[in-house]
Amino acid sequence: MSDISAEQVRHLANLARIDLSDAEIATMTTELGQIMEAVASVQAVATPDVPATSHPIPLKNVYRPDVVADVIPTDKALASAPEHDGSRFKVSAILGEEQ
Amino acid sequence: MSDLIHKTAAQLAEMLAAGTTTSVEITQAHLDRIAAVDGDLNAFLHVNAAVSLDAAKASDARRAAGAPLSPLDGVPIAIKDVLVTTDMPSTSGSKILEGWMSPYDATVVTKVREAGLVPLGKTNMDEFAMGSSTEHSAYGPTRNPWDLDRIPGGSGGGSAAAVAAFEAPLALGSDTGGSIRQPAHITGTVGVKPTYGGVSRYGAIALASSFDQIGPVTRTVMDSALLHDVIKGHDVHDSTSLKDEWPSFAEAAKNANVKGLKIGVIEQLDGEGFQPGVLARFHESLELLKANGAEIVNVSLPSLEHAVAAYYLILPAEASSNLAKFDSVRFGLRVQPEGGGTVEQVMSATREAGFGAEVKRRIILGTYALSAGYYDAYYGSAQKVRTLVQRDFADAFSKVDVLASPTAPTTAWKLGEQLDDPVAMWRGDIATIPANMAGIPGISVPAGLADEDGLPVGIQFLAPAREDARLYNVGAALETLLEQKWGHTLLSQAPELKGGAL
Repeated sequence: MSDISAEQVRHLANLARIDLSDAEIATMTTELGQIMEAVASVQAVATPDVPATSHPIPLKNVYRPDVVADVIPTDKALASAPEHDGSRFKVSAILGEEQ
Repeated sequence: MSDLIHKTAAQLAEMLAAGTTTSVEITQAHLDRIAAVDGDLNAFLHVNAAVSLDAAKASDARRAAGAPLSPLDGVPIAIKDVLVTTDMPSTSGSKILEGWMSPYDATVVTKVREAGLVPLGKTNMDEFAMGSSTEHSAYGPTRNPWDLDRIPGGSGGGSAAAVAAFEAPLALGSDTGGSIRQPAHITGTVGVKPTYGGVSRYGAIALASSFDQIGPVTRTVMDSALLHDVIKGHDVHDSTSLKDEWPSFAEAAKNANVKGLKIGVIEQLDGEGFQPGVLARFHESLELLKANGAEIVNVSLPSLEHAVAAYYLILPAEASSNLAKFDSVRFGLRVQPEGGGTVEQVMSATREAGFGAEVKRRIILGTYALSAGYYDAYYGSAQKVRTLVQRDFADAFSKVDVLASPTAPTTAWKLGEQLDDPVAMWRGDIATIPANMAGIPGISVPAGLADEDGLPVGIQFLAPAREDARLYNVGAALETLLEQKWGHTLLSQAPELKGGAL
């Protein structure tokens, strides 16, 4: 039931923004097929009458007063950035030439 | 002075209070030990002796002034590299964060600093805590102090190996599917996964946010209790942290009395698929508890059969989302593709170069499980299994006070042995994953050595959510009974490490 193609893995890698090599795609296609087979059993017991649980301990929305607290100063936030101009992160070009 | 490394944190605290030693002496002894044996173990990714000794000197000054911050003031501690620190790099075992310095401390790190503990360094781990052997660290595997050819467990193999090898009396770990408890089992040490929300996760680099929990890694149950008492409690920076008032876990460990305690043995984790030596030590421990007043009954949790499958859908789904932050913009690695590129191309090249194979595998799997058309079948179904697991636990805890199982199916395997079969390695998490699915606390306590290979075996106890104290009570009781029977601690049986073996 879990026939996963190399094309699908390539698409997933694109969605996940990982530039996988062809060799990695080939390996992962096989592995992903095996993994999905191993985890498919969840569908057998997940009948419509069972509600889903997203969180182990029930919590309601958590609010706090909207006041400035211990904010990280700009210089510290930028200190380990790949590139910055002293007050902002420098980002690579957003648009390519054809755009 | 080298004897200082063999003391428990509780003993060191007493010696410091009595003035028979200093934090500088204790810290230096552990730094010397790390220098002597860590070349063989690779338990530490980062050590800075000068920074540690400065903290130790400050601690000694507080003692001298009669104003220690806590009973543990001056006791050293190792910190898993998943926790961010301002004075040491934080990599989470990944190349994508190589050398990265955090602008803030994780809350648990702040808490141990505020209690006067002395950070010794950052410990090795599977990359982003994905693994059960520490072989997926981008900085090379940690080796098991009991046998350097074997894995120390994972993902927190570095923290477990560090305390097992007397490089540190205490360590911090993180447990998403067993990453504290399974390495404890593998290395003959103690590890506790607290109730979900019992300890702040602010500054813990997230793997799967609905499972992750921070907890203690130590050599004795009392030391875990003492550390848990330091790190527990609500944190405004972590909205999932509970506002409960927690009891003293050290008091619970002192109580150590199982008279009348009802212990449920999980049928699904007692038999097929478990190594004979693991089961033998497990049943021996149960007999000992029974002889001392505990009542042992069998309980069935049928949904556990599907827990591993559900976990390996939910975890990758959450991880793929959590790891999206490694985008080459704000922190960590940035790789420029040849001839430059757009931010998307830079991001893709960065993540290709910066992530290891297991991380990529899980991100792709998570992306698949969350993608349109598959979401209900996989992620949705897995969340339903989670409900079933929780119901099984609720049912079991209506009949018993704590549950018991072996912590993991096997003892330490050889390095490299399971690397080619991810699904097989995942199955090894069968006993630890259910607690994370349900948010309940668990402890692993040394139960002896397996006859067939002479390697450590742990027994796991689980308690209902918010009842972590029960684990310290039963864990400390068993530890005392076993050590009385053996006439020594389990770790005293580990081969002597001399350093320079590799």
